[in-house]
Parts: sequence; structure tokens; C-alpha cells
Amino acid sequence: MYAYDELDRTLINERVSEFRDQVTRRLSGELTEDEFKILRLQNGVYLQLHAYMFRVAIPYGTLSSKQLRRFAHVARRYDRGYGHFTTRQNIQFNWIKLAELPDALADLAEVGIHAMQTSGNNMRNVTSDQWAGVAPGEIEDPRIWSELIRQHTTLHPEFSFLPRKFKIAITAAEHDRAAIKIHDIGLRLHKNADGETGFEVLVGGGLGRTPFIAKTIKPFVSGRDILSYIEAILRVYNQYGRRDNIYKARIKILVHELGIEKFAKEVDEEWKAMGDVGLTLDHTAIEEVRSRFSYPAYEKLPHMPDELKQAAHDKLFERWRKNSVSAHKVQGYSIVTLSLKPVGGPPGDASAEQMDAVADLADKYSFGEIRVGHEQNLALPHVAKRDLPALFKALDRLGLATPNVNLVTDIIACPGLDYCSLANARSIPIAQELTRRFANHDTADLIGRLHINISGCINACGHHHVGHIGILGVEKNGEEFYQITIGGRADENAQLGTLIGPAVPYAEVADVIEDIVEAYLALRDRPEELFVDTVKRLGVEPIRERVYATR
Amino acid sequence: MVTANRTWDGAVVYRTAKQGWSTELSDSAIVTTSDEARALLAEATADDVGAVGPYIAPVELKDGGKVKPGNLREHIRAKGVTIDLQVPA
Ligand code: SF4
Repeated sequence: MYAYDELDRTLINERVSEFRDQVTRRLSGELTEDEFKILRLQNGVYLQLHAYMFRVAIPYGTLSSKQLRRFAHVARRYDRGYGHFTTRQNIQFNWIKLAELPDALADLAEVGIHAMQTSGNNMRNVTSDQWAGVAPGEIEDPRIWSELIRQHTTLHPEFSFLPRKFKIAITAAEHDRAAIKIHDIGLRLHKNADGETGFEVLVGGGLGRTPFIAKTIKPFVSGRDILSYIEAILRVYNQYGRRDNIYKARIKILVHELGIEKFAKEVDEEWKAMGDVGLTLDHTAIEEVRSRFSYPAYEKLPHMPDELKQAAHDKLFERWRKNSVSAHKVQGYSIVTLSLKPVGGPPGDASAEQMDAVADLADKYSFGEIRVGHEQNLALPHVAKRDLPALFKALDRLGLATPNVNLVTDIIACPGLDYCSLANARSIPIAQELTRRFANHDTADLIGRLHINISGCINACGHHHVGHIGILGVEKNGEEFYQITIGGRADENAQLGTLIGPAVPYAEVADVIEDIVEAYLALRDRPEELFVDTVKRLGVEPIRERVYATR
Repeated sequence: MVTANRTWDGAVVYRTAKQGWSTELSDSAIVTTSDEARALLAEATADDVGAVGPYIAPVELKDGGKVKPGNLREHIRAKGVTIDLQVPA
């Protein structure tokens, strides 16, 4: 866990008072909506179809049980009893009243939670691997660096009025769970030949209307120079980024138009010209932040405790363990993913009761810590293996033990037309129908790893371009239609999917997806070949032929 | 009709013929020409304190004068989300 210092606490509290005053002035008519809009957006407040939506940051996806309980409280007291975890380590409340927002913000501030920079053209929540600090083989805890960047960029005047929003993600593990290649800047921690820790810096990734996979701009930037190098990138972006056309304003367009070599040259020149601007991180500064992260006092535990051996005959437990429990860097412990994708449920939603219960379970079994991943699931990062059987029973009762992590029903979906004012089409009911079609866990196991991602419009909040199967809602003559892509992926081998055929109407989407999955099962050359690998080997055509032959 | 979101709580509201806002679609002022629609919108927009982001949206008039939302987006705004929200507790 990270402990905020006095400065952070003061900043957050001052922000609440400031916002309270702004809301009062808005409600009295002293501020017009035009004047107020930018202020509310700076505090994560959007206006959606039915209500205001309040987006709250969960820096690098780490939460304490106390903070999660506070989310439950906000959901219950100010909303309709649930919250929605997003693809960027945020939580959204969908039914919040403007008049009550300052109170909700104040309640969150008491536990060190805020909504700064969760919207607007600034540096957004710096995200990270939800297994940070516990993943085996990790170079080091990437959250230290997320936090250093967060501190430097929060309310930084130069980064508060960028041409467009700006997103950074960091990973330190071999397998990229933070989707760094679809971020404006992606950082991969690694060691160079001299054993020094630094970053491969990628730039210009992003989805939306014009999707790009990020390109490497520098293979190695040492840790002490990372802030100044990011600053140089942002300066070049601030200088050349298009402010005249919202569709061309993201850094990915600039990188694409200049070409990565030219862009890199500009950044290097800027970096040199900047000289020493006081951004070099010395050992003390890094260690100061590192010391604010606390780690559990792990016990020395056996690799295979008796409790686990005894539970091995329980089929349901074993299925869940194999699916949702992952290796931990400390012997005797596990990382447990809590699926927020129950069959028939809206992906990423959690009720206040579930949040409270997970907070209790975190206290009991995970040193009071919870993680939030971009796949819209939660995780308990430090569970002793001996506790797994008891934890499974508790999670099962809560509807949080669906053994579908990374399987076909672990769908990423944006809120879509049920909530979002920008949407063309609904996302959630499509996801719900698909989870019903593939509700049989044996079938889902047989299919293997398969990510379905759904967005309700081209803004791509559901990351449809990088879904193994991507579904994008479009509108045709007032009707909901869906474009389907296959072969995308968001990990270290990130790639954009390819359109498989003409858009299909709402009622046919689930049938088409079933046909795609059937075609894959028929075409894969062995059971271990994942969907995305079959598409890579064969291309889209053989699947297209089978799916569209009769349509 | 002209619809917006109420300022203090964001609720969906419709502009009424009495120059106020109502949460009931059936209370909305229905206009049939673009001039009337523009006038209604201008009048609604002037009330910046009451509601946010007014716009003209279509309705369907059923037999017997019943007013229905004219498209899916307005249907969802009028009736609420189309999904079963029950998250298992
Ligand atoms: S992808 Fe579009 S519909 Fe979905 S949440 Fe984003 S803006 Fe809304």
C-alpha cells in the first residue's frame, strides 16, 4: 500500500472545498454550464444519459479495504447501490446527483481518494500492472514509478491543458497486463546490459477513431531520467499537437504524421535543450517514494499446504483454482482474481454489498489490500495458499468466483448506450447475452483463452480493436449495428484486429460470435492453439468464409 | 420536443408548454415545424440554471395522443437502462 503524505492530504481536501464552492455557485446560477463544465470535468464529473457520472481514480489499481468500503458507502449513500470498474483503473458511479457530489468527494477524500484528472485534456490516472509488487519475475514494483509520475504531473500547469487527454501505463513483468502498447506513453521496466534499471519507452499508442499500436521511441532510459524524458515528449507534443481538430489531437496522430524517427529526434533535441531542469531523480527521491509503499509481513509457508491437498478433490474448487489463482512471488502465497463477470451480469459492476464483503475478505486473507485490473476484475494480491479453500467458499457465496478469468465470458465492455451520451449502440446487453451463450464452463474451458471486447462507439473505451474478438457498436439508419473484428490483442504482442465482414444487427451478434468460435474450434490445429494464434496462422479469410457463407 | 438533464441531479427532463421542466415525457411540449422547434429550444436554452444541454429530440405520437420516445436513445433516457441490473449481492 502507498501512504499519502501531508501535502497530498492537504491538496485533496482543498480540492473538495473548492469544488463545493463551484457546485454551490452553479446551482445558484452564478456559474453558467459553459463556465462550470470544465470545472466539473476536472473533478471527474460527466453528464451522461440519465444522470451525472462520477469517475474516481484508483492509482495503479491499488486499494485498501478501507478505501473499497468507502466506495461501497458512496454507492449506497449517493448512488443506486453499485459501481462500475473501468478499463483504466477507475470506478464510475452512474447515478450521482450534482448537489450531493461535494459530500461524496469529501467522504472519499477522508480515505485519500480523489477524482482529479480522471477527465479533461490532461495527464490521466497513471495505470499499472494489477499484479505489481507480487508478480513472479517482475523487475521491480512499477507502482513506485507510477507514483513518481503521478506526483510530478498532478495539477502540473504545463500538462493541464494538453491538446487532448494523455494516458501513461507501466509494466515491469514479462507478460504485459497493463496494455502499455495502447497508451500515449507505455513504459516497460527492464535492466540494461550493465544491470541498471530503466525503461523501454513506447509512444503513440491509442485506440479510438484512428487506432495505433505504440512504437518504441527509446529502448532504454534510466530511472533517474524518466521524468525529464517524459517531460521532453510532452513538450514536443504540446508544441506540435493539433489543437484545431479533436480527431487529430492525440499524440498518436503526431507520431504517425512525423514518423517515429523524426518524432524521436525532436524529443531528443528537446531533451538535450532542456538541460538540467531539476527533474533528475536522485536516489533519495526514489527511495522516499519507495519507502511509502508498504509490503505485507509474509510468513514462511509451505508451497503445498494440507488445506490445498484436501480441497483438491472438490471439482468446483479445483476448476476455480486453476482458472483464477495465479503464482505469487512469495512461496506459499497466491494472487486471486475475483471475476466481476458473472453469467448474465454487466461486466465490471460490483454492488455495495460485494464491495463491503470483498473489503472484509481482503482484511481476513490479503493483508487488507485489493487490486483493480484493466480487464474490469478485482484481485486479492496476497492470499496464503492454505486460505484458498475458505476464500473460494466465501467468494462463491458473493457471486465472485465465476471461473471464467481470461475465458470467453470474461468480457470487457464499456457502458454503451445504456448510460453513455456518446454511444451509438448498447454494449452491456450484448455482453450479457454472450455470457449466457457460453455459460457452460466446460465449453469455455475447451475454447481456452479468448478475450471479447465491446465498445458502444468508436471512442473504444471497451478496447474493441485489441479484443481477440472485438465488437463495435455503430448506427445505421437509427438501428444498432455491430462491426466485428478478430485477431486483436492488448498484451506485449499487441495488435489491432481485422474486420471479418459487414456489420450485423443487434439481434444477430451473439449468433455470429458463436459461429466465429465454432469456426475456430474446427480450424485450430491442436487444443492448445489459442484463438488469437489460429487467426494469426490462418488469417481472417477461413473464419470469414465459414461465418458468412450462409449469411 | 426538447429534452435536457436537470441541473441539480442530472435527471432526464422535458420542456413543457408552460416554460418549465417535467420528468414526464407526456408533459412535454410537442412541436411539429422546425421554426417551432428552434423557438422551443431557444426558450429552453435560456434556462441555464434549471437544466443542462437541451436539444431537440423526436417523439412518436400514438393513436389517442400518447407520446412515445422517437428513437432508442430517447427510449433509454425515458425508461431507464435496458439491462437487468441485478448484480448478485
Ligand atoms: S466507447 Fe463510446 S459508448 Fe462506450 S463508454 Fe466510450 S464513449 Fe461511451
